[in-house]
Amino acid sequence: MSDLTQLTISQARARLRGKEITATEITEAYLAAIDRANPALNAYVAVTGDKARDMARASDARLVKGEGRALEGIPLGIKDLFGTEGVHTQACSHVLDGFKPRYESTVTANLWADGAVMLGKLNMDEFAMGSSNETSYYGPVINPWRRSRLDTVVMPTTHQGDGGFVSAGGTKTARTLDNAQLVPGGSSGGSATAVSAFLCAGATATDTGGSIRQPAAFTGTVGIKPTYGRCSRWGIVAFASSLDQAGPIARDVRDAAILLGSMASVDAKDTTSVDRPVPDYEAAIGKPIKGMKVGIPKEYRVDGMPEEIEALWQKGIAWLRDAGAEIVDISLPHTKYALPAYYIVAPAEASSNLARYDGVRYGLRVPGKDIVDMYEKTRAAGFGREVKRRIMIGTYVLSAGYYDAYYLQAQKVRNLIKRDFENVFAAGVDVILTPATPSAAFGIADEDMAADPVKMYLNDIFTVTVNMAGLPGIAVPAGLDAKGLPLGLQLIGRPFDEETLFQTAAVIEQAAGTFQPQKWW
Amino acid sequence: MSVDLQTVKRVARLARIAVSEEDAERMTGELNAILGFVSQLNEVDVSGVEPMTSVTPMEMKKRQDVVTDGNKAADIVANAPATEENFFLVPKVVE
Repeated sequence: MSDLTQLTISQARARLRGKEITATEITEAYLAAIDRANPALNAYVAVTGDKARDMARASDARLVKGEGRALEGIPLGIKDLFGTEGVHTQACSHVLDGFKPRYESTVTANLWADGAVMLGKLNMDEFAMGSSNETSYYGPVINPWRRSRLDTVVMPTTHQGDGGFVSAGGTKTARTLDNAQLVPGGSSGGSATAVSAFLCAGATATDTGGSIRQPAAFTGTVGIKPTYGRCSRWGIVAFASSLDQAGPIARDVRDAAILLGSMASVDAKDTTSVDRPVPDYEAAIGKPIKGMKVGIPKEYRVDGMPEEIEALWQKGIAWLRDAGAEIVDISLPHTKYALPAYYIVAPAEASSNLARYDGVRYGLRVPGKDIVDMYEKTRAAGFGREVKRRIMIGTYVLSAGYYDAYYLQAQKVRNLIKRDFENVFAAGVDVILTPATPSAAFGIADEDMAADPVKMYLNDIFTVTVNMAGLPGIAVPAGLDAKGLPLGLQLIGRPFDEETLFQTAAVIEQAAGTFQPQKWW
Repeated sequence: MSVDLQTVKRVARLARIAVSEEDAERMTGELNAILGFVSQLNEVDVSGVEPMTSVTPMEMKKRQDVVTDGNKAADIVANAPATEENFFLVPKVVE
């Protein structure tokens, strides 16, 4: 039964509709897999077994009658940032201790309305602030991928049995796994690990500066951050409201398209939700890209980038050219300013959004001698180091005397970053191809990154521009490095042109194949 | 621009986060590293550039000014650490 977890969403959907399997069977297979793997991987912070079984039973009742909806009976993991009614929702922070909302986020409500089954809540960086999933109150998530060494094994000549069968000898290659534990990336590290390690068929995630695409790249999965305004933010714990977007992490491009089609909607409860019908994303897969103009931005070639990333990028270019696309060199001159501008805008918005955690309305309360003392003690005990750091930066850049120098300057630079993209798209470029990350997954408790927060921030150097400009971006696995770790490419599209991203990503996937970690857990 | 220990303590107070002397010293170093990193924005010529106010060009949607929700006092206080008769309980703020 455990191999039911190997099915992609599109495969499971066909078998469920064909009544070859039941939603209960596939749900039980995932719950058993989570039970076995979670002590090693720490992907789930809450498993909702009873709820999953109830939802699966309801799905089976519909499937029997041939009334299955788009995601009927498909078991999903939900990032802890999404409000789920009556279920653990803490943004993996201590300050939201015990919080169980009385409402359901629009994105998850959309998934349940399409028949999906909730397996539980997924680990993440605290309040989605981090690039390694190490800032979670629930401890780090472990990447199912490990570095490996390619060994050449000499096969001895053997004689077997009385028949005198002789194996010819020779050599074969085998990968020997290293023991070092790696991060899955962040902030959606639990989502990426759960999808990559077959602990859910697909997962919800969110992306403020790269939190869907970087973990997808680190785990050999597909992750898309849609255009700002495509998925409702209602009911999702806010980090930086002008940048936050929800999106899926999935095992292949088709599954990502299926999930986004269900997550996206027009929602009156989010004033930034855009009034545009949700297209059939899946229909874009398989369409030829002949004649498509693919831009290659020279500014994404950064100092110290490993040779392997550059080689992967060149491979991606070749694949798209071979498929008939026209490759054009482009320039996005303000690229290098996106990350510094982000580290003003995002903390500023976070300091405002996180003001609500005061020990009065929900979560943790640490008593104090008066109300201000209670606020200060509650927030000191409830927030982790990275979250405090960002609240402090945000409070500083918004404080009297510094607002113009920092915040206003950053918002102007943000307009220039957006304009760079507009100019390129106006010149006829349909999609932009870049590496997804400047490196493969790194080790847990990396000393360099622990010593210097800016080093950790540099993980998002290729993804953060997309959030600053509100554009859609997809990370698609494109190969393995010399140590056997997955590497991803990123495609950036015009506003609300997710279809072109799926169409182009499918071409890369076709050429590169899909990638699975060797099981050690 | 860089911050000193006194500024860090003042900002912590504004942010309502209690910090020990040791926390404040560590944060001073970390904040200065980040402020050093973001200072490269000063080299960008932004003359004539408007600050971004909305990443998507759109009119703010306005809903009808009618009651669509309510009578949820029990739900609203359900997660509070201390309540009494559907009120949030806090330490005394007015003598």
